[in-house]
Amino acid sequence: MSVLTVSGLSKSFGGVQAVQDVSFSVSAGELLALIGPNGAGKTTCFNMLNGQLPADAGSVRLGEQSLVGMAPRDIWRLGVGRTFQITATFNSMTVRENVQMALLSHNRGLMRFWKPANLQYRDEAMALLDRVGMTDQAERACGILAYGDLKRVELAVALANNPRLLLMDEPTAGMAPGERLALMELTAKLARAGNIAVLFTEHDMDVVFAHADRIIVLNRGKLIAEGQPAAVRADPEVQKVYLGSGAVFAEAH
Amino acid sequence: MLANIVIQFMNGLAGASSLFLVAAGLSIIFGVSRIVNFAHGSLYMLGIYLAYTFVEFFGRGSILGFWGAVLFGALSVGVIGAVIEIAVLRRIYRAPELFQLLATFALVLIIKDVALYIWGAEDLLGPRAPGLRGAVEILGKRFPQYDLVLIVIGPVVLGLLWLLLNRTRWGTLVRAATQDREMVGALGVNQAWLFTSVFFLGAFLAGLGGAVQLPREPAQLMLDVTTISDAFVIVVVGGMGSIGGAFVAALLIAQIKAFCIGIGDVTVFGIVFSFSKLTLVVEFIVMAIVLVVRPWGLLGKPQGSQRGASTVEPLMLPLNKGFWAITVGLLLALTALPLVGDDFLLVLFIDIAIFAVFAAALHFLMGPAGMVSFGHAAYFGLGCYGAALLFLKLKWPMELALIGSPIVAGIGALVFGWFCVRLSGVYLAMLTLAFAQIAWSVVFQWDAFTGGSNGLIGIWPSAWAKDKTIFYLLAMAICAGCVILLWRVVHAPFGYVLRAGRDSPLRVDAIGIDLRRFQWYGFALAGAVTGLAGGLYTFSKGSISPETLAIPRSVDGLVMVLLGGVQTLTGPVVGAALFTWLQDEIARNTEYWRAILGFTVLAIVLAFPAGVAGFAKIAWTRMRARPEAGGQAA
Repeated sequence: MSVLTVSGLSKSFGGVQAVQDVSFSVSAGELLALIGPNGAGKTTCFNMLNGQLPADAGSVRLGEQSLVGMAPRDIWRLGVGRTFQITATFNSMTVRENVQMALLSHNRGLMRFWKPANLQYRDEAMALLDRVGMTDQAERACGILAYGDLKRVELAVALANNPRLLLMDEPTAGMAPGERLALMELTAKLARAGNIAVLFTEHDMDVVFAHADRIIVLNRGKLIAEGQPAAVRADPEVQKVYLGSGAVFAEAH
Repeated sequence: MLANIVIQFMNGLAGASSLFLVAAGLSIIFGVSRIVNFAHGSLYMLGIYLAYTFVEFFGRGSILGFWGAVLFGALSVGVIGAVIEIAVLRRIYRAPELFQLLATFALVLIIKDVALYIWGAEDLLGPRAPGLRGAVEILGKRFPQYDLVLIVIGPVVLGLLWLLLNRTRWGTLVRAATQDREMVGALGVNQAWLFTSVFFLGAFLAGLGGAVQLPREPAQLMLDVTTISDAFVIVVVGGMGSIGGAFVAALLIAQIKAFCIGIGDVTVFGIVFSFSKLTLVVEFIVMAIVLVVRPWGLLGKPQGSQRGASTVEPLMLPLNKGFWAITVGLLLALTALPLVGDDFLLVLFIDIAIFAVFAAALHFLMGPAGMVSFGHAAYFGLGCYGAALLFLKLKWPMELALIGSPIVAGIGALVFGWFCVRLSGVYLAMLTLAFAQIAWSVVFQWDAFTGGSNGLIGIWPSAWAKDKTIFYLLAMAICAGCVILLWRVVHAPFGYVLRAGRDSPLRVDAIGIDLRRFQWYGFALAGAVTGLAGGLYTFSKGSISPETLAIPRSVDGLVMVLLGGVQTLTGPVVGAALFTWLQDEIARNTEYWRAILGFTVLAIVLAFPAGVAGFAKIAWTRMRARPEAGGQAA
């Protein structure tokens, strides 16, 4: 069953066709990687999915619900979690408070003026942090956290509203190589356990080929390949525009 | 009719020149150093005074003497600007933006008193320009010759600045630094001297703007504040950092002002509407419109983000039992004050309590919510006038009028806030300033309703609260309640949303929160609480004047918050107490209390960049951390 269905998505900036007629779908529990060279239109595509950019044409559906024209905050309420290429967390709050904010928002408890926020949804927040392995740092400020840990906080925040779909824009950008695989392994585990559909963009091919169930390749705004990792890796056009000869990856493994 | 329009147009052009010079200097300084220089109006004022002194020295009659005085006046102001940069601002480039603002506020206070000391409190009118004393005839109307020179000066300076910025190596560096000063530093440019020279140029332009006004307006001590608010408006309307924008904006505003004066009174459907009275606010109305339609000004661009300069806000600790114990203890001690203090002391403490609320509410906006308000006095004044008018016009008793004051101010804050929350940073601050100025001028001019410049008198507490001790206890109870409410709200989910919005608007949106709505309500809450403080103020003084919502009052609030430290919750209360006490203490002993206050503020900024309460907090944390660290080492 597909959670996210995208068809005919297009966007142009001035005369530049950033995204042209892109269609794909993601199923529950599936990790779909969106890859392509710089400037291929990945981020534009992403920003249209979560409502930050209006699409020129095409449709985006979450289950049966159309997301076109909705604001990011309303899309989140339908069960779409989001992590950013450059982490966006509340740096003056602790790790736990960051998660509590998402929980308070999910439970519509924000318009309250008296009871301290950090006493509310404590256990739920700790449970989420436990899922991403961050309980031991729950009381630390996000502003002083290592980057890899911030990515895990973002993941916990994204899970706070029991999402059906996770959108992750370059989830491992800026992380050390060892941490990258660990983070995606964690994501894959959580997605399968919670039957969550995951769409992610990624430049690290080790991460992509190790964890993606399926891959779509974008080049100059157009979808040029789609399929299982092995098939995509063998695709001559993908090799030409993005992977190079493929020798590097093949030799390394 | 045509002749009138032409003359008004020429008047507008002449008025635009000085405005443009000042605004261009402000804009260049902001572009490179990212410092919003509040002292820029003071530099303008110094320009007039110095030109006056030089004219007296060179002789009033000679043409060379006059223009020499103008040039020397402007150059001296340029040197003063460079000295200020080296002595003060260079030390605080890495400090938070608000500290830089506070330092320039301090300079305003100091320069005002220096001018008072040197030139005295009397207005000084310079000579008319030798050789240009007459008037020319344009379409049958007389137009001063000197104004023709002014009309030329603006475009000439614009052209010279353009050449300087686009055709010299120095100008290239300035433009590069405006875009990305870290990168300029990384390329091996000596930033310190670049900044100093930019300050020299900016101050020179302000001084020149002042000096050329010598034959047109008297040198006086209020010029600093009026000029800086004009200059801010022009820079914001034109776009921060855009010289061309400043020129266009100066022309636009000077023209609109000139035409408002030219139109005079117009009767529409039997109602007399005075356009000439509009001149006090028209520029702020233009600014409000421009900011809402084009948030980055007419020719401005969205500001590039700055690397490194953004300080990570520290964690906010929960209010624990110890904190509440100290608060309750302090309140109990304050309740006992009437037993030991005389009425004089009680009045001082009532003032302190009222301004503690004012500062706490302002801090609520500028600290946790990240929305800096330069016009917070508007809500204080709305509360003052709300209470006074309910009491005088509707004959409500004190109790009801006090309940009414936060409602009046809250409604005002809802209206102003709707526009304000659409902006951020310096632009937000400027829009709040604009609204405060609009509120002030309405109060100032509406003689029949608000008493105009005389204000309102005879607003006394109900019989039971007339006794100073009772009123003191009432004020303490209300003020303590307000401050505690704000503290609770900051720690409650609502306050957390505002803080989250300051930390990362992107993430707030991504977890389903409509941030603007929360900011709007936050604005209204802060306005309402400030209004209640205003209501109390009215009843404690028995009378009010438009000064309660004028710009200096807003500045006082900012100084209190920054003095105490913006990163602590208790800071604003400490700052308000310190400020009110200092003002009272110093003002009683010397005419130059502003300068003393200014030097105190400067010393604090340079010595404790985290504010007094912030400094105490850091010292306390260090003291507690030391034994632990020692234990680990052992």
